[in-house]
This record gives sequence, C-alpha cells and structure tokens, in this order.
Amino acid sequence: MVVIERSQWPRMLLLPACLVAMTLSAATPPEDQVEALYHSYDGGGVQVTGPAVFARKTLGKGVSASAQYYVDTISSASIDVVTSASEYDEERTEYSLGVDWVYGDSEMAVGYSHSDEDDYTSDTYSLLVTQEVFGGMSSISMGYSHGDDVVERVDNDFRDRIDRDRYGLGLAQVLTPTMIATVNYEAILEEGYLNNPYRSARILGAQIPERYPRTRTSQAAQLRLLKSWNRETSLNGSYQYFTDTWGIQANTFEIGASHYLDKEWLIDLSYRYYTQDAASFYSDNFDREFNYMARDKELSTFNYNTFGARVTWNIQRERLPLGLNNASFTVGYDYMMFSYDDFTDIRTGENYDFNSHVFQIYFTSRY
Amino acid sequence: MRSLLLGLTLMVLAGCSSVEPWVMPYEREALADPIMSLSRVPLIDQYRQHVFDVRQAAKTASMNQGGGCGCN
Repeated sequence: MVVIERSQWPRMLLLPACLVAMTLSAATPPEDQVEALYHSYDGGGVQVTGPAVFARKTLGKGVSASAQYYVDTISSASIDVVTSASEYDEERTEYSLGVDWVYGDSEMAVGYSHSDEDDYTSDTYSLLVTQEVFGGMSSISMGYSHGDDVVERVDNDFRDRIDRDRYGLGLAQVLTPTMIATVNYEAILEEGYLNNPYRSARILGAQIPERYPRTRTSQAAQLRLLKSWNRETSLNGSYQYFTDTWGIQANTFEIGASHYLDKEWLIDLSYRYYTQDAASFYSDNFDREFNYMARDKELSTFNYNTFGARVTWNIQRERLPLGLNNASFTVGYDYMMFSYDDFTDIRTGENYDFNSHVFQIYFTSRY
Repeated sequence: MRSLLLGLTLMVLAGCSSVEPWVMPYEREALADPIMSLSRVPLIDQYRQHVFDVRQAAKTASMNQGGGCGCN
C-alpha cells in the first residue's frame, strides 16, 4: 500500500477536480510500432502454440490505430480430457482493433476484440481513459469493458451465453527519482453459463455434469513497485489479492530483475508464486447431491511456482535498414510447477501435479 | 449558496495549483530507461497473463481489457 501521510489527505481528496483543472505536461502518444510473437505452451498433456502480430500506426495529431491478430493452436489430452472424454485438437483465433487519442494530459483508448473457437465465441468492447497529473508524477486510469460470450458444445446443440462487465481503476505514481509504484483495482461481474459444458463432478465416484451458480462477482487489487538499482539494473516486485463471491481467495507474489549485460544485451529474471483456496462448491468427490457442484481443478486448492528468464538483443540503430528507429529480439522461457491439494488424479489415486514449459520468441520495431 | 460553491471551487483550484512535483523532470533520467518500463515487451506480457489467467481462478488486475476463453 502507498502510505499517505495525514497532512496530505485533503490534497489527495481534491484529485478529481485537479484532473479537469490542471494543465501540465502532455501525455505521450504511442509510437508507431510492429510486434510479432511466436508462443508455445507444453504441460499437463496440453500443447498450445501459435503466432501473434500487432501493429500501431499514427493517423493524425495525437490519434493512432492498432490491430492485433493472435492464434492458439491447441492439442489437448489434459487430465480432464483423458479421464472423462477424448483427446481433441482445436484453434482459437482472436482479432483486436483499437484507437488511441491523446489530448493534452489525457489519453483515451477504445477497443474491440473478437475471439472464436469451435465451441466458444467472445466479443469484447473496451474503453480506457488515462489522465496525467502533477507534472507527470501521477497517472490515473479508469477502464471499462463489456464482453458477450457464447458457450457451445461441438457434439450437440447446447448453447448458452455469458455477459461480462469489468471495471478497472489504476494509479501509477512516481515516488522518488528511482522508484515507481502502481496500484490497480478491478471488479468483474459475470452472469450466464460459467462452467465448462464438458466437465463432470463426482458423487461417490460417479460422474455427473457440473453445476455452477450463474453469477460471479470478483475483485482484484494489485500493488507493484519498480526500483532503479543502478544504471544497469532495475528490480520489481508485486502483490495481488483476489476474492470472489464463490468463496475463492488468491494471493500472487512476483519479483524480478532486469540487467544490461552491455549496450545491446539485456536479461530479465523473474519468480512468481500463486496460491488459492477452493470455491465453496468444489469437491474432489461429493458424498451427496448439492445445488452447485464443481470438480474443476482451477477451482480447487492449489499453488504454482513460475521461474522465468528473458534475453533481449537491442539492435543498434546504425545496423538497422529502412530508417527504423529501433528493433529488438527477445527470447523468453517460463517453467511452471503446479501442485493440487484436493484434486485427485483418478488414474493413480494421488494428488495431481504437473510441470509446464512456456516459450516466447518476440520481435519489435518502432519506425 | 452560489458564493459557497464559488468559494469551494476556488479552494479546490488553489489546492491543485499548490501541488508541486517532488521529482523534477531533469531528475527522471533513471525512470525513462527502458528497464523501468511497466511493460517493455507488451505482447509477451499479454501472452504470459493469458497463460496464467486460464490456469487459475483469479483474474489479474492489469487494466488490460481482453476477451476470449482459450481455457483448455
């Protein structure tokens, strides 16, 4: 938490009026940029690979447009699949469009995203407003998005909907000449068919379709600190608390460091720990029938550790063709270790655990 | 009532104008370095967040407003 001394409270309470009244340094328009990513996930019997590309182009003074294309090619033999269904392959494709408008110290971004799978379609509309205040010392963001999702099954005519509203509030604050803090809060309201239509719960070992509540309200609050240690090294750390109306509480801790090896090479190291309690209607094996019953391992009590490393090659300007301002390649790797406290691998009778390998190869250029 | 509103408005504006940045622009060299960026490789950060979010119950309070499932 950012500590606010008592003598500062009245001034902090004046922030909303300051947003309108103050004329300070201008917000910076996003640069023209292209990004390309190839990603790969392999763990727990699931392989997901695919490309992603992003491009941003300035249209006029302070106005830019962006487009993104993202593909997940999925081959799944996860524990849910091998214990209650057949292995399958599918593809998820996502298209996103956005427009950013910078005016004075304000930035407004509107976006639309469409995601499509054989049995799941999602349309999301979003708005994000950011305002810089106090000479660029503080940046306040407010976001809203609305999602319309359609859930289906590929083997019958089942079809249902999900409405999703997300409200976000963020503050980025310069604390000292070498330290930045961000605080983000997000509330998510979901209504509709929130379970997986293929997954089963167990009553005394017998499988029955899962039953979830049709509403869920979630809240997440995150604090992040960035510290410049010296000219070559920065450190970062974050903590997030999450809670929802299904009885889940989760904590996420992450620390990391970035270090210039020389003028061209940069390395990032990170460690992330996530832990959560089970939903109130989760059981590995119910002893009788209840109104709501889930056996989704993502709703159980579990934790996972993630160790990450990235290496970036910043290509010097004199080596770049076509008048490019800068370009860089990044290779990233994450090793994830999942451990479940109350989700049994029914093939072995032991608590389930698995490890995953996640790769990213990334290129970006500004022009 | 009108005078009260005017007075309050002036007090509010006075409060704003007296807030001085305590880190001046010429002191922000370290903050401007790419290693102090909140997201230096946005597409990787977005992808990692998606990998995490579909394998846990908690969603990340990131101000990113993406959609879709990909939750297999």
